[in-house]
Amino acid sequence: MAALLGSASDLERVRKQILAEENRNKPVVTVCCGTGCQAYGSQKVIQAFVNEMERQGLAGKVLSRSTGCHGFCERGVVVILFPEEICYLGVTPDDVPEIVSKTLVGKEVIERLTYEDPGTGHRCAKEGEIPFYKHQSRLIFGNNRFINPKSIDDYIAWGGYSGLAKALTEMTPEQVLAEVKEANLRGRGGGGFPAGIKWETTRNAPGNTKYVIVNCDEGDPGAFMDRSLMEGNPHSVLEGLIIGAYAIGSHEGFIYVRQEYPLATENIFEAIAQAEAYGFLGKNILGSGFDFTVKVHRGAGAFVSGESSALMTAIEGRVGEPRPKYIRTAVSGIWGRPSNLNNVETWANVPLIINKGAEWFKSIGTEGSKGTKIFSLVGKVNNTGLVEVPMGATLRQVIFDIGAGILGGKKFKAVQTGGPSGGCIPEQFLDTPIDFDALSKLGSMMGSGGLIIMDEDTCMVDVARYFTSFLCEESCGQCIPCREGLRQMATILNRITEGRGQEGDIELLEELSEVMTDASLCALGQTAANPVLSTIKYFRNEYEAHVKEKRCPAKVCKALVKYYIEPEKCTACGLCLKNCPSGAVKGGKKIIHWISQEECTKCGVCFEVCPKRFTAVAKLSGEVIPLPPKEPMPVTAGKKGKA
Amino acid sequence: MKTVTLEIDGKQVSMEEGKTLLDAARSLGIDVPTLCHHEKLAPHGGCRMCSVEITKGKRSRVVTSCVYPVEDGLVVKTESPRIVKIRKMLIELVMACSPRTKALEILAERYGVKGTRFKADENFCILCGLCVRYCAEVKKAHAIGYAGRGVTRRIVFLPEVASRMCMSCRECFALCPTAKLPRETDGVCFDDLTIDDFVAQQNA
Repeated sequence: MAALLGSASDLERVRKQILAEENRNKPVVTVCCGTGCQAYGSQKVIQAFVNEMERQGLAGKVLSRSTGCHGFCERGVVVILFPEEICYLGVTPDDVPEIVSKTLVGKEVIERLTYEDPGTGHRCAKEGEIPFYKHQSRLIFGNNRFINPKSIDDYIAWGGYSGLAKALTEMTPEQVLAEVKEANLRGRGGGGFPAGIKWETTRNAPGNTKYVIVNCDEGDPGAFMDRSLMEGNPHSVLEGLIIGAYAIGSHEGFIYVRQEYPLATENIFEAIAQAEAYGFLGKNILGSGFDFTVKVHRGAGAFVSGESSALMTAIEGRVGEPRPKYIRTAVSGIWGRPSNLNNVETWANVPLIINKGAEWFKSIGTEGSKGTKIFSLVGKVNNTGLVEVPMGATLRQVIFDIGAGILGGKKFKAVQTGGPSGGCIPEQFLDTPIDFDALSKLGSMMGSGGLIIMDEDTCMVDVARYFTSFLCEESCGQCIPCREGLRQMATILNRITEGRGQEGDIELLEELSEVMTDASLCALGQTAANPVLSTIKYFRNEYEAHVKEKRCPAKVCKALVKYYIEPEKCTACGLCLKNCPSGAVKGGKKIIHWISQEECTKCGVCFEVCPKRFTAVAKLSGEVIPLPPKEPMPVTAGKKGKA
Repeated sequence: MKTVTLEIDGKQVSMEEGKTLLDAARSLGIDVPTLCHHEKLAPHGGCRMCSVEITKGKRSRVVTSCVYPVEDGLVVKTESPRIVKIRKMLIELVMACSPRTKALEILAERYGVKGTRFKADENFCILCGLCVRYCAEVKKAHAIGYAGRGVTRRIVFLPEVASRMCMSCRECFALCPTAKLPRETDGVCFDDLTIDDFVAQQNA
């Protein structure tokens, strides 16, 4: 059991002890045990490594360690062998004996487990060579791959809590605050409000009891960076929180984690217990006279509870709904007391700023947005996962360099940024540097950092409909513009995608959006129209095609799509005939198949099963479907070739 | 108590600090429409009908007058084109859920709203929350509350409390702007049960 550390020099002594441990310099096999890799069975993989290394006589010579998320969740289980940094993707327990005998003993790389470039087929053995990692700069997220999130000693070995020690022993609270203000750290949770200014407001607000809060109520569809950070490196968040509390003059903190994040919850509880054992939490931290305790509050899965006043209401034990008051939570938050809320990633930036200084932090990023940002890159892109890049990296770099381009060689259409409150950005803005201001200017937002990539087969009206229906369920329902506005917005979008769009619908959507943005009670309602507004702005022609021509250009909206078998291509192979679940495909042996539009349920099975060499089934939208043959037609396709 | 001076629709007004823009406007005799406001209850900020436009320095923004506190030097417009646009849209939205309703027809007339362009979804509850808040804040009974979230949010009676309190009270009936409560609830708290059923349960 760790002893309480009474001073900064105690911490350095412990750090030296940890680093001097014999095991610290041994080769190590790290297995990602984030939620994604766990789902792929990483626990079994690590157990297999333990057993196999024992069997092949490597026990004690090579270590195994379960680490936090590396970000490349799609290719889990991710295994990295140090010190060579050989990276194996998609590892299963069955691969383990081979890895141990060939790579650990024989020093030979197993080609098939390495990364293969989807375009060139080129393989990369080392982690740093993989484009997905090579183009990132992982300042916040990078230590995840080295440390076991359940071990405070691992965190300390990598310099953990030195920022806290520096703040508490070498700096006054005012100096810490000044440093964070100078660094221009902006909130990573969505709004991009300068953290230093928020801290100052809470610090200067009247009252002795003040609270600091970590917002880990990440709810955007497809976003999981806060979860992975909380799971993979909980101490970095905790350290940032304690430093912030010191600067603000708060002695109590809350960590709001959503119930749906069991591993994050487990790891933060464990981190708190370990930090208490070392004395990073509690009374007289590192002999500085500063006291701080923290509680974990588990949220019960409401998207709107990520809104600051709603989150604080939830901590108070009431229904997590935003409050209508015009007084900032930094001044009057939990139980009416000054409460400073920041996102997980924002807090994790703080130890870095204190350790390396505001000047260093400001050297990264753009004019208005400093540092790095973690994005969750998902959708129709080759490499999906969590990526950390400096502010100002372009969308093109993230999507095409890190993400290795669009899946299946399709064409890029749009990227949805900022979650349900964000917007869709089309191709012509791919070279936009990603920062808070540039994205807002395009009618979208940084949000918490979701990047959903869409290809040419995506219908933008359908995308707007999806996000609107998500918000219909997730709005709290208190105010009329948000609740009734979303209800009607969803109704209109539904009828447009179902081919019942009316003249004037697009204009009504725009008019409604304006009022929702102006008059809603909280940020959810004020930004709820963004998906609709940005898609109308950049893809108005698609809306018009749906409304006026009853045509879905991307051929997504079921009601506007029809399937048709081209008689000259059909060889009557019978595949679609056999697979059609509704019996809509007619014809027979050597008789050309055709689809009865009345019976067709548009499931698309015929389109999928028609062999590539025939591609006789066509998906049409807007075109007139030729009438079915009056009499059975014998097959003509392929016959000319034979003759 | 400190007083502050501000301008509403071109008229100067001095108010005690802590009062709201709605209080100030009404003290001047300006009729700012509301659907969820009641002088006995804490401001709710739900209907947004009382939205006004304020100017501080160069920036102007829309705020809800029932919750926005008075500030020195504030310039307030209660019927600017932006505000009228908001009110018209809100009226259309509530008319879709509560057509043929006196309170809304009066507002529609005032703002020249001919009808709603939205699909009717007639449940006759605009979730102003007057019944819920009156029951909690004035009667301290908590017999009625909200259930659900977003578009499925609705008003429900809590049978244990409602069965004991509601029959003799019914004070919320008069508050309901759409008259949903008296129309649908007189004697009936739930679809198939009457208050008598609850009373019977209590006595059993």
